[in-house]
Amino acid sequence: MTTPDTAGSTTPAPEAAAPTAVQATNVEKVFSTSSGQVHALSDVSLTVAPGEFVSLIGPSGCGKSTLMRLIADLEAPTGGQLSVFGKSPDRARRDQDYGIAFQKAGLLPWRTVADNVGLPLQLHKSSTADRKARVAELLEMVGLADFADRHPDQLSGGMQQRVAIARSLAEKPRLLLMDEPFGALDEMTRERMQTELLRICAETSATVVFVTHSIPEAVYLSDRVVVMSPRPGRIAEVIDMKLQSTDERTDELREDTSYFDMITAVRESLHGRSGQGGTQGSGRTSTGHGVENR
Amino acid sequence: MGKQLTDSPVVGPGTLSARRLTTGRVLAPVLVGVLGLLLWQLLVGVFGISSYLLPAPTAIFAEANRAFEHIWSAALITGWNSLAGLVAGTLLGVFFAALAAASKSANAMVNPLVAALAVIPIVALAPILNTMFGSTQFPRQAIAALASFVPVFVSTLRGLRQTNPELRDLMHTYAATPIQIFFTITLPTAVPYVFTGVRLASSLAVISALVAEYFGGPRGGLGGIISTAAASSQYPRAWAYVLASIVLGLMFYLTTLLLEWLANRSRRAAAG
Ligand SMILES: Nc1ncnc2c1ncn2[C@@H]1O[C@H](COP(=O)(O)OP(=O)(O)OP(=O)(O)O)[C@@H](O)[C@H]1O
Ligand SMILES: [Mg+2]
Repeated sequence: MTTPDTAGSTTPAPEAAAPTAVQATNVEKVFSTSSGQVHALSDVSLTVAPGEFVSLIGPSGCGKSTLMRLIADLEAPTGGQLSVFGKSPDRARRDQDYGIAFQKAGLLPWRTVADNVGLPLQLHKSSTADRKARVAELLEMVGLADFADRHPDQLSGGMQQRVAIARSLAEKPRLLLMDEPFGALDEMTRERMQTELLRICAETSATVVFVTHSIPEAVYLSDRVVVMSPRPGRIAEVIDMKLQSTDERTDELREDTSYFDMITAVRESLHGRSGQGGTQGSGRTSTGHGVENR
Repeated sequence: MGKQLTDSPVVGPGTLSARRLTTGRVLAPVLVGVLGLLLWQLLVGVFGISSYLLPAPTAIFAEANRAFEHIWSAALITGWNSLAGLVAGTLLGVFFAALAAASKSANAMVNPLVAALAVIPIVALAPILNTMFGSTQFPRQAIAALASFVPVFVSTLRGLRQTNPELRDLMHTYAATPIQIFFTITLPTAVPYVFTGVRLASSLAVISALVAEYFGGPRGGLGGIISTAAASSQYPRAWAYVLASIVLGLMFYLTTLLLEWLANRSRRAAAG
């Protein structure tokens, strides 16, 4: 609620011509519950450039979903500043600047798969013909064309997740927020969806903030991996993926040594963060995107 | 609202499948009924319980057959009272539930009222309403409406509060309007609960409309005739009308059960 409304006031550096996709400055989130206060996020600063693919990784409960919900304006930060495309998260939400896929699929059980995917289009009054065409295209993409008329309870968990992914892409958002979208998928489908996601991002030059528990997944998809640590949730390190640009990545990368090096770097950061960044992961850099190493 | 109210035996939607509808809910009671009748006939015939006190089922059926037209017109009167009450009670129940779900203060005002209604034996109001409204059918309809109101209200309110928080969040991210939210997620979630409430209310509506006739007012309904027949020791006649009451109650119950089942089905099928 306290986030400023206009673009100018959020960026201290006025020469930043292209607005950032997401900018968090010293963001705090404290939940007040009946059993006391939960410090979910502490001093989180992060800048995501337009077109960038950033993954959040960290142990369960370190505040990944919370950060995503703040960006999506589903929660308000209790401190610090947050802007989305130079606007307040509330404004960005009203402008429908982002698409979101939640940790749980969140499908409407009384609607068919096709009508679930078409929901945002329907709410935003796109024409029936457009909606039909777009839904067919999306279902084809997530491999569920044959299930258009089924109901969610007739699908497996992984299939339901794919419906939710298709729905998040329906309006070709310029920012995609994805909270462990591939968690329930088998390894093969997962790799296929990862490649597909990179293709979509290249096509639409969408910005992605992606939560995952899988180190290889984070490495394969991301320009940068944000490693978080719990209690209170904070950014431990931001690691640049020294790989080819995400547009050019193919399945061959999965067997490349540079890929394994990056996996090692992220793993060491996740496990060894107590050693105040003393590990020597190859190619690992703490970048200066407003991130602190503590 | 009291714990007892919210924990009332509301059968959750979705537990109703086509197969269970036929075997579990219809066949089993019918079987019990037939066995009971056989036992009854046996008791009266073999053990010679006075047919004056307890007529044999055959005698009752014979009387029912003989007086069919009278019974039919009596059933129409009671049935109409029950239906009018059920419909009015349902409309009121849904209206007040929507009110209670929409605002906290409305909820605080409506809840004690409903709790009071739930503990009052509503037919106890019959003599009072009868003297207030004289020789009309209105007191019976009002009593049926009050009796129907409570389960419909409780069940609908519960349904309106079942909206999945994840779906709420989703609608929020779409910047959906309150009206869109209501029609896209709140209402579809609540509809099966409304029909569950109506099913629970249906039997209550018939019972209260019928019992209300015991306490005076115009004769001619099933309840009125049962009480006069019993008072004048015409037991087969009284039992024949009791039989008709059972059939009437069953019809209400089965019809609303079917409606509930259809609501559950179309809730899934009619995604438009
Ligand atoms: N609405 C809430 N009220 C109170 N506490 C909350 C709420 N939401 C999250 N939290 C707390 O905030 C912390 C971070 O939760 P969050 O869901 O962001 O974790 P996460 O990193 O997404 O975990 P996971 O990997 O298990 O999904 C947890 O300690 C959680 O208990
Ligand atoms: Mg999470």
